[in-house]
Amino acid sequence: MHPVRKFSLALALLGAGTLAQADEVQVAVAANFTAPMKEMAVAFEKATGHKVNAAYGATGKFYAQIQNGAPFEVLLAADDRTPTKLVAEGAAVKGTQFTYAIGTLVLWSARPGFVDDQGKVLAKGAFEKIAIANPKTAPYGAAALQVLTGLELLDQVAPKFVTGENIAQTFQFVSTGNAELGFVALSQIIKDGKQIEGSAWPVPDKLHEPIRQDAVVLAKGKGKPAAEALMAFLKGEEARAVITGYGYGI
Amino acid sequence: MLLNEADLQSIWLTLRLAGVVTLILFLVGTPVAWWLARTHSRWKGPIGAMVALPLVLPPSVLGFYLLVAMGPNGPVGQFTQALGLGLLPFTFWGLVVASVFYSLPFMVQPVQNAFESIGDRPLEVAATLGASPLNAFFTVALPLAAPGLLTAGILTFAHTVGEFGVVLMIGGNIPGVTRVASVQIYDHVDAMEYSDAHRLAAVMLVFSFLVLLVLYLWRPNARSA
Repeated sequence: MHPVRKFSLALALLGAGTLAQADEVQVAVAANFTAPMKEMAVAFEKATGHKVNAAYGATGKFYAQIQNGAPFEVLLAADDRTPTKLVAEGAAVKGTQFTYAIGTLVLWSARPGFVDDQGKVLAKGAFEKIAIANPKTAPYGAAALQVLTGLELLDQVAPKFVTGENIAQTFQFVSTGNAELGFVALSQIIKDGKQIEGSAWPVPDKLHEPIRQDAVVLAKGKGKPAAEALMAFLKGEEARAVITGYGYGI
Repeated sequence: MLLNEADLQSIWLTLRLAGVVTLILFLVGTPVAWWLARTHSRWKGPIGAMVALPLVLPPSVLGFYLLVAMGPNGPVGQFTQALGLGLLPFTFWGLVVASVFYSLPFMVQPVQNAFESIGDRPLEVAATLGASPLNAFFTVALPLAAPGLLTAGILTFAHTVGEFGVVLMIGGNIPGVTRVASVQIYDHVDAMEYSDAHRLAAVMLVFSFLVLLVLYLWRPNARSA
């Protein structure tokens, strides 16, 4: 055999060999889970050899895309409603749904000392704009509304709302200072295990319904080893340490 | 009723935004187009390129820069605060400023083409007859360029109606203030309200087609006249 041909044959065999073991998993991830997912993807790839291809965004938008043939194999939603709906509609695999994280809501300002640790700043109302995620589509936005309703401050605060398309944009409005404060996910203001600059009030759990974030295998991921490996990894020790490190409950 | 109140409010807001932006761009864009059409300055190239930038820049680039620049720590934000106007993001006038940048080439380029196609001759004749440059501009150049101005106005209006990315990034989605029709549709889709999304999307489609139809039916006549 010609040496070049021999070489390319060997290369092809080598390629086939690695392909059989290492797979890719296409995963749609709720915007609030961006930072922990990026950290976990590295550990997951190291542990299993599979590659994670993640898209980050609003759960409602992912729902529309999945309904219309998006190539996602796993969904890490920001709620439990969307995965339940997808399972009922046959777009997700029955029996794979589980809660991978329970979200924590914080009232945050990029300015140090602006938000006190009791959240009294809300009642004082000394601000122009307060950012919340769209309550119609984002669970953190819906939880923020419950908090304000419970504190009987909704009517007073609502005229100052600016609405982020998802929790990532809500954070961006506050971090650029365009809104003085806003309701964001605790995970967003944690970097390298520490709270970033600014001031925050972690909203007590009892003021809103728990933000259960469920994961589910989608129809396109059914029977795919990489998708199953990711679901197993999410339940494991290593992943849980990352998840709780970002302030989520499990 | 075909559309609910929130949808109608978003359409009215969109029309108001497009109207104000078109008016401002007539005032700002026409002098720029005139200068670009007549000048032999070495700045013609750079200025022309800057005017055309929004055609190629992703709305996210413009939206990001505007959000940072108009924020409390940005140069524009500090300027507007010093004037006592507060901050521009999440306001109607913030959208106006953003849209003026975004739609600038749609006004300047057709008007510039119209001015260029007049040529030097009519203006020289006007000068010989004793008209001042300003007088010649208003009595000779503007009337001759009128079809170009109308095309530019329609394109600017329609392009502002079709704006989405920049508004999404600096608007904050406030009903009646910054929630324009394109954002309202996006909201409906995200909230899985597909029948609402379909209705409003159909209205936008018909509107955009009619605007372009008027433009394309009218333009050949204007040229042959």
